[in-house]
Amino acid sequence: MPTTSAKTTQLMSINMGPQHPSTHGVLRLILEMDGETITRAVPDIGFLHRGVEKLAEYKTYHQFIPLTDRLDYVAPFSNNLAYALAVEKLIGVEIPERAQHIRVMLCELTRISSHLLWLATHALDIGAMTVFFYCFRERETLYDVFEMVSGSRMNLSYIRVGGVARDLPGGFLKSVEKFVTEFPSKLNEYETLLKDNPIWKKRTIGVGSISPEDAIDYGLSGPSLRGSGVNWDVRKAEPYSAYDKYDFDVPLGTHGDVYDRYRVRIEEMIQSNRIVKQALNILPKGDHITHVPNVALPAKEAVETNMESMIHHFKLITDGICPPKGEVYSCVEAPKGELGFYIVSDGSSRPYRLKIRPPSFVNLEALPKMVEGRLLPDVVAVIGSLDIVLGEIDR
Amino acid sequence: MNNDLIITLIKSSLPEAIIGYHEFRGELTFVVKKEQITQVAEFFKKNTELDCSYLSDLCGVDKVETEGIFEVVYHLYSIRKKHRVRLKVPIPAGNPTVSTVTDIWRTANWHERETYDMFGIRFQGHPDLRKILMPEDFEGHPLRKDYPIHGRQPATLRNVYRKDEA
Repeated sequence: MPTTSAKTTQLMSINMGPQHPSTHGVLRLILEMDGETITRAVPDIGFLHRGVEKLAEYKTYHQFIPLTDRLDYVAPFSNNLAYALAVEKLIGVEIPERAQHIRVMLCELTRISSHLLWLATHALDIGAMTVFFYCFRERETLYDVFEMVSGSRMNLSYIRVGGVARDLPGGFLKSVEKFVTEFPSKLNEYETLLKDNPIWKKRTIGVGSISPEDAIDYGLSGPSLRGSGVNWDVRKAEPYSAYDKYDFDVPLGTHGDVYDRYRVRIEEMIQSNRIVKQALNILPKGDHITHVPNVALPAKEAVETNMESMIHHFKLITDGICPPKGEVYSCVEAPKGELGFYIVSDGSSRPYRLKIRPPSFVNLEALPKMVEGRLLPDVVAVIGSLDIVLGEIDR
Repeated sequence: MNNDLIITLIKSSLPEAIIGYHEFRGELTFVVKKEQITQVAEFFKKNTELDCSYLSDLCGVDKVETEGIFEVVYHLYSIRKKHRVRLKVPIPAGNPTVSTVTDIWRTANWHERETYDMFGIRFQGHPDLRKILMPEDFEGHPLRKDYPIHGRQPATLRNVYRKDEA
């Protein structure tokens, strides 16, 4: 038995979750406590396991897209994009420029919406109620925007292999423009509530620190890594879609604590807003999806009026896309970090093996390192600062 | 570092450990002998030219039916040099064991647990090789190709829930 401090005689095990509001889903933590101090933390995951990787082996490449929405369900565009990029790399197909920019614009709006949800719940966990209402107000506007473009609010499945499902609807750009113009002032409201708030700072500064070396060793990515000052962002390091045409900064922290991760995400929202603004200006005209016949479906009007298009549509739906034999790994900077898809193809219409590299899964692994030796309330702050979504952890 | 330079470096430094290599869509893959994986992984991390301090992903692939092997696939990345390399270790299906790389990258811990859970590949020297996603009393390894997609788990789980179902 581990030694205990003078005042106590034995360690106590506390079970936190899987039903607990601050675990952001179905995360279970087994905490060994010496009084108020945590001596050991063991995460227990898998409660939301649906066998997504197994299902992928039984679906055609297009059929799998809706399942990607259900990984990190607060950032569906990023998941769609990461998957589509992997399949496109496997096939080796070029994407029209307009589609590239639409993808960037929507992914950055998704980043804002995902970070808003994080800020709302993270602040609520620590006891700041008002932030929650403010953030959900803006998130609601964004969900209206997503609904315009895809028809649904949460599981969007808007991105297709080869482009996006349909062109942007009328009035969409106006709504986005309204949002990006107003958002900075809304962001200032959140800042007045938290940035210099003494209670917030006491709960977050110096809590859950991790050094840059440890962060890399544990495989952290996204804001959780950059909070420790490691300058690595997939959008900059390996630009995909049209990110190399955009001007934006990568915010960094210094101490790797909860407060720095909070600052990084707030700054990221400002940068994302900047990117969307640029996207509105440079969005070119053209096709929203490629015309490569064995990848993209023909236009709906053509299917209804033209026999060849109908046969084409039928063939592609029944046979699916058949990429060449090979394997690819492709990743994007999702709101939580590096989201990667590893696809092994045997030349048939279904993936032979599909592996998802979810950022939350890897980030959560570092949780014991961050909380051991600290107090129980710090666990709540650290979980919030890692911004995990159990949908992609358990898959 | 571009792929050609990496190939030259590996060919000269680790000729014994590498079975082969190939490139597809600009991605470089080395096939590594099972016995030498720790040595190769360590080289990729410690060598200043390669500098693969970041293990992006680690997973298994079932190729039992076609080649009689499982593959363990490592995706390495260098944050400083910005290159990616894939390592693949074929292991015989009859005795699916391979050395752990948790001493080299701590992030490998959960990835290896998942690979063990999904494929039954045992990582020798792993500090805590337990199932991670499936329940404790789950039987079998669901991502193996011979594991059926339809059906219910056998008796042990049915005693806990879905008692009335056939």
